[in-house]
Amino acid sequence: MRHFLDFEKPVAELEEKIDELRRMSAPDGMNIEEEVSRLTEKADRQLRTTYAKLTPWQKTQVARHPDRPKALDYIGQLIADYTPLDGDRAFADDGAMVGGLGRFEGRPVMVIGTEKGSDTDTRVKHNFGSAKPEGYRKARRLMELAGRFKLPILTFVDTSGAFPGIDAEARGQAEAIARSIEACLEAPVPVIATIIGEGGSGGAIALAAANRVLMLEHAVYSVISPEGCASILWRDAVQAPAAAEAMKLTAADLKGLSLVDAVVAEPLGGAHRAPAETVAAVGAQIAAMLEPLVGLEPEALRAQRREKFLAMGRELGA
Amino acid sequence: MSWLTEYVRPRIRTLLGQREAPDNLWSQCPACQQMIYTKELERALKVCPHCGHHMRAGALERLGWTFDEGQYTRIELPKAPADPLGFRDQKRYTERLKEARAKTGLDDALVVAHGTIQGVPAVVAVMEFNFMAGSMGAAVGEGLLAAARLAVLQDAPLIVFTASGGARMQEGAISLMQMPRSTIASLMVKEAGLPFIVVLTDPTTGGVTASFAMLGDIHIAEPGALIGFAGARVIEQTVRETLPEGFQRAEYLHEHGIVDMVVRRTELPATLARILRLLHPAPEEAETPEPLPEPAEPAE
Repeated sequence: MRHFLDFEKPVAELEEKIDELRRMSAPDGMNIEEEVSRLTEKADRQLRTTYAKLTPWQKTQVARHPDRPKALDYIGQLIADYTPLDGDRAFADDGAMVGGLGRFEGRPVMVIGTEKGSDTDTRVKHNFGSAKPEGYRKARRLMELAGRFKLPILTFVDTSGAFPGIDAEARGQAEAIARSIEACLEAPVPVIATIIGEGGSGGAIALAAANRVLMLEHAVYSVISPEGCASILWRDAVQAPAAAEAMKLTAADLKGLSLVDAVVAEPLGGAHRAPAETVAAVGAQIAAMLEPLVGLEPEALRAQRREKFLAMGRELGA
Repeated sequence: MSWLTEYVRPRIRTLLGQREAPDNLWSQCPACQQMIYTKELERALKVCPHCGHHMRAGALERLGWTFDEGQYTRIELPKAPADPLGFRDQKRYTERLKEARAKTGLDDALVVAHGTIQGVPAVVAVMEFNFMAGSMGAAVGEGLLAAARLAVLQDAPLIVFTASGGARMQEGAISLMQMPRSTIASLMVKEAGLPFIVVLTDPTTGGVTASFAMLGDIHIAEPGALIGFAGARVIEQTVRETLPEGFQRAEYLHEHGIVDMVVRRTELPATLARILRLLHPAPEEAETPEPLPEPAEPAE
């Protein structure tokens, strides 16, 4: 079953009509085909105009779309010989943090991602993409392993944030995130992060202190969810659309602030309408970004990463 | 708010001037509710003489308590972008900044100074909770980087006193980027072979905890300080469980291996000085044992 967002209603209605017509497929089929193509054109037009002017709040919903390609979809399509590696060697394996060895365009790499899951069972298995300390410790472990074997690190970020739980706090959620950020910054190999859906706060930057940060056109990336921001600053979560607007969390905003390096365009109507096409476009961008970094010395890679983050915000003027 | 409260009352107050009894002669302990003579409380470094509760303290007070004879040199911090997003909620961010500056007399939520702690030279950065809940935006990030540079320049350890509600929401993703930026500050100090010590005070939460505050060589917490990543309310709503007694308090973190020690405020300078002398002896203090013969490396 297809999921439609509220603002996609007009498109949904058109597509429903198209499906209905197709099902009917009466003897005078010619007329139906004409009508179908007319409606399809109309639906496309509708989709184009809707997606051309998505508000930040609408983008937040697109970024959270249940049919949007998830980290494992990217890994499945882009990484050959994928060999998942599990566990933080201290407490547990965290289903929200996936990762392992594999080949990207023939080159051995380490991939790490936050995985939200794509149906009820997998969502529960992956804890809806919210990692616990063992997840960030696993990420750090994999990054250090990548460093030892000179494997570039590719991360796919899609999380509403680190898991807020009693057990997570007891095991040092904050420390685990901090060490993961540190591991990104210290990696002696190229690190390329892609914000594929939600880039939620510390749980996202834990995988994104990278040499290059890509962001999908309709992904969002910020320090707190619009609902969280609204409930604190407006004292009312209902103000989330206003908060989303004020927070400047869209890919275009972040590119404008020079906080991400490139924005990957999504197919018409968003990544969820053409997942394979989206993943392929991201793969092509990662390949282009990775190429010039591969020959660099560990020190040069670390320095580039540091200078990039140190420069952030400075050119925005005092 | 009316003409009466906004205009007339302050005018009357001004006219009455000193004759009005200062309303801060007595303070109440928020933990045990006992009344304490304010001067006595200040002498006790804002620790309740009745129950030992450590009250929140301002950045400048901290500096005074930490350095010898309360003497220190503050450094000017780099300017950061004032309002990078043009943020406005119910109030403009620029307006909130103006109010916070008037309230605290500080430019932003971080103060950096250098001096000696029981004779040991150190750079100290302190967060000011009264400045927009000590939230970390670009100015705090720049301040921490400046503190790290100063420590490296002076070959001195860096001590950070944290007190923060987390990231500064009004700076959106820019405030998020202060997590890696402040992590870089901690790396600069460590790479220079200098101690980086974090003193966690009440409260330290969110993005501040999840970055430089958890990257200290040594973590010290003040008794009873709230320290955590997620807020208690968010956790309760997510897991639908009652939080355990003492959850996210300094002692809880100590029990869970996240901080090295819980130290009373009055004992902080002595503790810091002792640790610093052990980790980073001054040249004249350092014992110089006979160097072991190293055949492969020529001695300097």
